[in-house]
Amino acid sequence: MLKINNLHASVEDKPILRGINLDVKPGEVHAIMGPNGSGKSTLASVIAGKEEYEVEDGEIILDGEDLEELSAEERAHKGIFLSFQYPVEIPGVSVTNFMKTAINETRKAKGLEDMPANQMLKLIREKAELLEIDRKFLSRSLNEGFSGGEKKRNEIFQMAMLGPKLAILDETDSGLDIDALRIVANGVNKLKSKDNAVVVITHYQRLLDHIVPDFVHVLYNGRIVKSGTAELAHELEAKGYDWIKEEVNA
Amino acid sequence: MELKEKLVSSFMAFENTVDVDSSVHDIRIDAMKAFEAQGFPHKKLEAWKYTSLKSILKNDFSVFPKENEALEYKDIKKYFIHDIDAYKIIFVDGKYSSHLSATTHDGIDVCLMSSALTKPKYKVIIDNYFNKIATKDGLSSLNTAFSAEGAYIHIPKNKVVEKPIQIIHFSTGNEAALMLQPRNLIVVDENSHVQIIERHQSLTENPVLTNSVTEIFANKRAIVDYYKIQNDKQSASLIDNTFINQKQESLAKVHTFSFGGKLTRNNLNFYQNGERIDSTMKGITIIGDKQHVDHNTLVHHIEPNCESHQDYKGIFDANSTGVFNGKVVVEKEAQKTNAFQANNNILVSDKATINTKPQLEIFADDVRCTHGCTIGQLDESAMFYLRSRGIPEKEARGLLMFAFSNNVLDSVKIPEIKSRITKLIAQKLGVNIGFDL
Ligand SMILES: Nc1ncnc2c1ncn2[C@@H]1O[C@H](COP(=O)(O)OP(=O)(O)OP(=O)(O)O)[C@@H](O)[C@H]1O
Ligand SMILES: [Mg+2]
Repeated sequence: MLKINNLHASVEDKPILRGINLDVKPGEVHAIMGPNGSGKSTLASVIAGKEEYEVEDGEIILDGEDLEELSAEERAHKGIFLSFQYPVEIPGVSVTNFMKTAINETRKAKGLEDMPANQMLKLIREKAELLEIDRKFLSRSLNEGFSGGEKKRNEIFQMAMLGPKLAILDETDSGLDIDALRIVANGVNKLKSKDNAVVVITHYQRLLDHIVPDFVHVLYNGRIVKSGTAELAHELEAKGYDWIKEEVNA
Repeated sequence: MELKEKLVSSFMAFENTVDVDSSVHDIRIDAMKAFEAQGFPHKKLEAWKYTSLKSILKNDFSVFPKENEALEYKDIKKYFIHDIDAYKIIFVDGKYSSHLSATTHDGIDVCLMSSALTKPKYKVIIDNYFNKIATKDGLSSLNTAFSAEGAYIHIPKNKVVEKPIQIIHFSTGNEAALMLQPRNLIVVDENSHVQIIERHQSLTENPVLTNSVTEIFANKRAIVDYYKIQNDKQSASLIDNTFINQKQESLAKVHTFSFGGKLTRNNLNFYQNGERIDSTMKGITIIGDKQHVDHNTLVHHIEPNCESHQDYKGIFDANSTGVFNGKVVVEKEAQKTNAFQANNNILVSDKATINTKPQLEIFADDVRCTHGCTIGQLDESAMFYLRSRGIPEKEARGLLMFAFSNNVLDSVKIPEIKSRITKLIAQKLGVNIGFDL
């Protein structure tokens, strides 16, 4: 589904990604771990189409199509979803209106009519229930004054609403309390199918206890330096990154 | 002949058309002298540093428009807030249009300045209020000198006027270029409430210059809710001089929506003559092309325990220019004043400019005055966030600009106005906001 070949990206002439290779197949869950500043969020943003980053080499292929020329919104229309590490506050736009706009713009791009209002309401109700989000919450301005955990839960609510093909969750677990972590993870699992895929970026094993990865990758200094199964995450949890850094620098 | 000379020499002819025995006669003559001495404002005046009337004044404006053909309501309906029941005072090329209007004398007076200035029954109000707070600067004086027509509204005490009052000035293009000088007087007595909507609308591309003066008196505990919709043609310019005198515990709110016109200058002045007064002025300006909108506000805090709130938002595209000059004066006696001022702007184009200048003159020591101006671009991280959810760039931009200006509408109490303004904003920003508002 997603294939990344030798991806190099930089920001303001500073190289950040230095040759990433990744192959995600339908139905799979991939975890990306790695020390702070290694390039995880950058990779997520580059896949989602953030223009600030310059792709200098390599390619990102989604279902056989090179994404290079596609804008962020076009990538979203193709089913890419990014759950932000730091969701942006948008005063003046309610969660509900934001979702209606996002869904109908996506439908418009596919040549579909707007979703009928009653169907939209039903969808919102259903997904809010899944993530145990209070209805009152949905009329508040998007992310404005939301707690850290509320923002993350809201990201997954949006994911549930949009039903993406490829979801990239960037540290969605950070800021979540124990119950919220379970609710959010449960939400993600419910949305999983054999046709879609999830990439989770995280620092901790505890999320991976709930969302069990098929593959775990370690990103360090802009490269994937080690890949393994779920077992690798346990090893990292126990031993930290020093041994990997040593291997790389040896 | 220059416009100033033309106006001065027209004054004699104008005098012949009005009643020279009335007490207003002397006021007009003094005003003419004041205009003659000062003329039109020019860029050397501090208050007109960023707004030039020069090119507009070059037009050969006619000052006495000829009678014109009646307008059909169906052709101009869209300029009304037509989905609410309202009183209407409608003028066409400066002349009252009775068939488009809906005035009343039933317990309240919603009628014409021309009647008020001539009929004896209005004499007491005219003597007490007319030209009592309008300043003596060149433009206001010019209006006073030619004051003959406009809206006259008097709400006696303890009346809550349920229906809003719409004042609309149409210009038909009957003249190659037209200058209008509407003069409005609004007196709201103790405990009374009124809602007013004002609009100036040109119907053709012929140049129009409106120099309007509105005096508003909000007496004890009165509530005045005033909406100015400025969405005129590119050929029309407006100088709006509004003066509001407030008595104790009164509440006056002016919303100014500036979306159109070639040049718009709003001189909005509040005078707080009493305690526990609340003055609110809010504005949304969204312009492009070579449009120019200048908000020049004054709040004069004269007595203790009063508040003022100013919140102006501006979005400037293309070669447009904006000016915000907000002056707050707090007199020595005006302790416990709470004055708030904010002016936030987004420059969409790098050719657009905004000059924003707060001016605080505070002579009291126990006051709270806050002010802040910002000038920025749209937040790029917010743009990426919206786009990553599938909202295209143009719509994302529109949504963010809409969100930026939207909270100014929170204080709009008439739902039909709110939805109308919302639609105008969406239209102005060129987006189809994909949800119900
Ligand atoms: N817009 C930018 N301008 C300058 N430097 C940037 C920018 N974006 C990322 N970087 C730098 O690129 C490097 C990788 O950042 P990135 O956010 O991708 O790390 P990360 O792996 O997600 O870290 P964390 O675990 O702390 O979230 C960092 O050194 C960061 O400072
Ligand atoms: Mg990160």
